[in-house]
Amino acid sequence: MPHSENSQDEDLVLPDAPSLQNEPSQSQTISQSTIVEDNKENVKLEDMFDDDNEDEYSSSAPPAQIKGEDSSQPMPQSLGRFSDSDVMRAFYQRLFPFRYLFQWLNHSPNPEDTNDFRHREFAFTLQNDVYLRYQSFKTADTLRKQCMDMIPTRFEIGPVYSTNPRERKSLPKSAAFRPLTKELVFDIDMTDYDEIRTCCTGASICHRCWTFITMAIKVVDAALKDDFGFKHIMWVYSGRRGAHAWVCDKRARELDDQKRRAIAGYLELVKGGDKSSKKVNIRRPLHPHLDRSLRILKEFFPTSILADQDPWENPKKAAHLLTLLPDAQLNSALQKKWDSAPSRSSTSKWNDIDTLAESGINPNLDTKKLMQAKQDVILEYTYPRLDAEVSKKLNHLLKSPFCVHPGTGRICVPIDVRRVEEFDPLDVPTVTELLADINSWKKDDSEKKVQDWEKTRLKPYVDFFKGFVSSLLKGEKTSIKRERDGMEY
Amino acid sequence: MATARIDPKRRADLISHKKKQFAEAPAKWKQQEYKWRLSFYDLPPTEEVSLEEFELWALGRLKVLAELESCTFRNRTPEETASYMAPIMEKHLPLHSNSSRSSELDEERKRDHYSHFILRLAFAGTKDLRQRFSRLETMLFKLRWKDDDAVERKEFLDSLDMQLEKAGESELNECGVSLEQAKAATGWRKGDAEAWFTLDWERVPDLVESRRCLLRRGKAYVLLKEQMSFVVAEFTKRLDAALEITSRALPRLDEDDRLSPILSHLSKSFTAPDASFDAEAGINGLQAPTAGTVDALSSHFPLCMQNMHRTLRQDAKLKHQGRLEYTLFLKGIGLDLSNAVEFWRRSFRTITDEKFTKEYLYNVKHAYGEVGGDANRRGRGYTPFSCQKLLTEPLPGPGQTHGCPYRTHTDVENLVALLGATGMRDPETIKSVREDVGKQRYHIACNRVFEFAHKSELERVKRKGGWGPAELDTILHPNSYFKRSFLLKHLGEGNAGFVEPRGEDVKMEGSLDE
Ligand SMILES: [Zn+2]
Repeated sequence: MPHSENSQDEDLVLPDAPSLQNEPSQSQTISQSTIVEDNKENVKLEDMFDDDNEDEYSSSAPPAQIKGEDSSQPMPQSLGRFSDSDVMRAFYQRLFPFRYLFQWLNHSPNPEDTNDFRHREFAFTLQNDVYLRYQSFKTADTLRKQCMDMIPTRFEIGPVYSTNPRERKSLPKSAAFRPLTKELVFDIDMTDYDEIRTCCTGASICHRCWTFITMAIKVVDAALKDDFGFKHIMWVYSGRRGAHAWVCDKRARELDDQKRRAIAGYLELVKGGDKSSKKVNIRRPLHPHLDRSLRILKEFFPTSILADQDPWENPKKAAHLLTLLPDAQLNSALQKKWDSAPSRSSTSKWNDIDTLAESGINPNLDTKKLMQAKQDVILEYTYPRLDAEVSKKLNHLLKSPFCVHPGTGRICVPIDVRRVEEFDPLDVPTVTELLADINSWKKDDSEKKVQDWEKTRLKPYVDFFKGFVSSLLKGEKTSIKRERDGMEY
Repeated sequence: MATARIDPKRRADLISHKKKQFAEAPAKWKQQEYKWRLSFYDLPPTEEVSLEEFELWALGRLKVLAELESCTFRNRTPEETASYMAPIMEKHLPLHSNSSRSSELDEERKRDHYSHFILRLAFAGTKDLRQRFSRLETMLFKLRWKDDDAVERKEFLDSLDMQLEKAGESELNECGVSLEQAKAATGWRKGDAEAWFTLDWERVPDLVESRRCLLRRGKAYVLLKEQMSFVVAEFTKRLDAALEITSRALPRLDEDDRLSPILSHLSKSFTAPDASFDAEAGINGLQAPTAGTVDALSSHFPLCMQNMHRTLRQDAKLKHQGRLEYTLFLKGIGLDLSNAVEFWRRSFRTITDEKFTKEYLYNVKHAYGEVGGDANRRGRGYTPFSCQKLLTEPLPGPGQTHGCPYRTHTDVENLVALLGATGMRDPETIKSVREDVGKQRYHIACNRVFEFAHKSELERVKRKGGWGPAELDTILHPNSYFKRSFLLKHLGEGNAGFVEPRGEDVKMEGSLDE
């Protein structure tokens, strides 16, 4: 076959992932075609139109960092520094909490207890942007060692497969290699808020727009816990302008794609691209999930949206608000008022709606409809905007917690959801700051051996992670026990 | 012929295979009674069936499933899907309820039953096919459930032993849910029964997805009227389990030399149902094309043929496989041999007459059946390639242009550039094409482009009627693409408003002797 030469050549270099061109703006596209390339030699007719290709590469992390990357945005430090080999090697060697990562993914401290770590796919992004899929490791130590050898800028975590991912090609039949379980994951990224946030653009964030992420975390976390009954949910800062969630309950890990899609659909509300004018369309009375979400979000709306974002300060944007309101007479009265004072603040404009409505401008005004429209407006400006594709697939890869964001140098630290409002992304330590922390640490009198991470600002985050993992493992034990007990009947 | 034809008079002894495969239910061997229209297909067929029926029934079902799949790819709403599918199902896989009092009931149900099991065999082989089959069968079941007679549906439901836990107001309250909330969450309307069931939410994923049930700590509270959801989920669950069992039994079936070619052809056809194109039928309003009019007509060509045409115009050459594909396509639109020879001679403008005669003329003539063995002459040469054929050719090497560009342009940016060069720049369409191509739904990408390029015309014919479902269903052949494009762009000119329906029926034989 004419194409086989090509893929063979690449196979010689790197059997698992042919090398990629260094073109950041297309990295996702290239990665996809690369994976296709990898499989070309055995493209089968029956695979041609399949939409559940197991090998489909889909990862949120690289595009999230690349899309909207704007060189004019302020960066704390130059981009090169964080991927500096020595810095990264020191980070993997001294700071990255491999041990807890292992326990987290293995659901047991003992490597022999489960295959959940051994058969887990890791994908490495190397310094030259080569993307290595289907890496797997027996223990925390072998993972650590490969990180120190290869010094990836970051790595991603995929599903647990039926067999060791590294051995997938030596299997007699490809059918024997399939993804079994993976945490249910969510990705919230500021890009999806760009049409409603006014304080920043592109890759930059500030405290004002971070509130969008805070609101999203609160709403999604509540739904996952109260509605779906999940208990072990870890939120992680994505390193720049978003957050990931890892739902680690056994029940969540075992969901197939259809059920993942169901959860994503349950949570999804704001629909339509930039063109559709009304993005929230829901029936009344509100579903309890939406009712609860609205109660959470209403608290944020006056300050975080009206005051901080001032979304309708200019006439063009105020016109969008009017398209969301149902009563023509009221709208023209509002328009008239705002025409005479175009720079009226969003808070005033929002209040004008009720003031004019109550003034009896339209005696037949449907107040219930107006109230519902206002609820829809609140939801449009506050309700979580999820990158749903990430959640829908069992075999989707997601950047590991505690990786370094190559653009900002910040660590992808866990977020304590109980104190989510206190989380400050701009205060998250960078890898270079952490290494400096080690150097400036002073030994006290105690004999106790101190780990390097304990000497740094990473400590509270690792401690939190430790706690999370230990409660997950406890839950796991009881569920294993329950299973065993059940078997005896 | 490419596919071994089996003597249709020979009988396939389905029983012996079934006994091997479904031996777990020996006690239930008896003549099937088809009490209801709907079925969970729990019991395999027991009667003998001729190979001809075997093949024919399976193809009918395959056609229905393939069209259902294209509906999902094109994001049709459930309502659009139902109305699009109704005539297709009526034609290829009719299935009526008892109240219709049709005399065909038993025959229809038998056909439905057998074709389901035949396709189970054909698609049990790989995990991907199993998943796809299960998804499409579930869709089909759902469509039928929705338009089933309410009384019969209830009887059918009662016949299934679904273990459901009832939840009353007190249970709802206990877990912190008011009746009002429960009603809101489940879309309760006046007149609906106020009965709720509770079950693990995983059993009703589609109700969860559309927030039509209430969730509380992992339990779903579902209104009685939403039974379709859990019946469908149960259908899928049982089918998936059965497919697993079938897949393990498959190797034994390979021993049968009569069934396996049919089964393997069926599973291949599932990727893009094969289509043939009847060039003889001609196209109303189209003057016989000549060497000189191909350029003008090329605006109606699908991307594959435009791609080859552009390459030919640009480089004054086209390598062998592309030449073959393009020649046959042109033959299909009605270019006769002498015009074809003239067209190719003029296109290869940089070579001598001698070289042309020596190296290229024979191929063109061969494709038209002018030369070659008896079989080739009798068959009047090759027939134009279908999408399936183009999609399964080896990818072009350096300097070659052929095949389906949605597949061969492995760098999607090049594909987008090519589309742009042909005038397709609509961002929404391009975005969807990217997705389609990423998911290897090449023929869907092509149909999407067609639909956008002919949007207003398609709306017009749909509004005015005249084009039946056969004229509007998924394009699976480059020549159908041309024909439809041409007719749509010449609506109202003479009698160009109607396409003969017979061109695109799923056909079994391989269309090309190679
Ligand atoms: Zn900001």
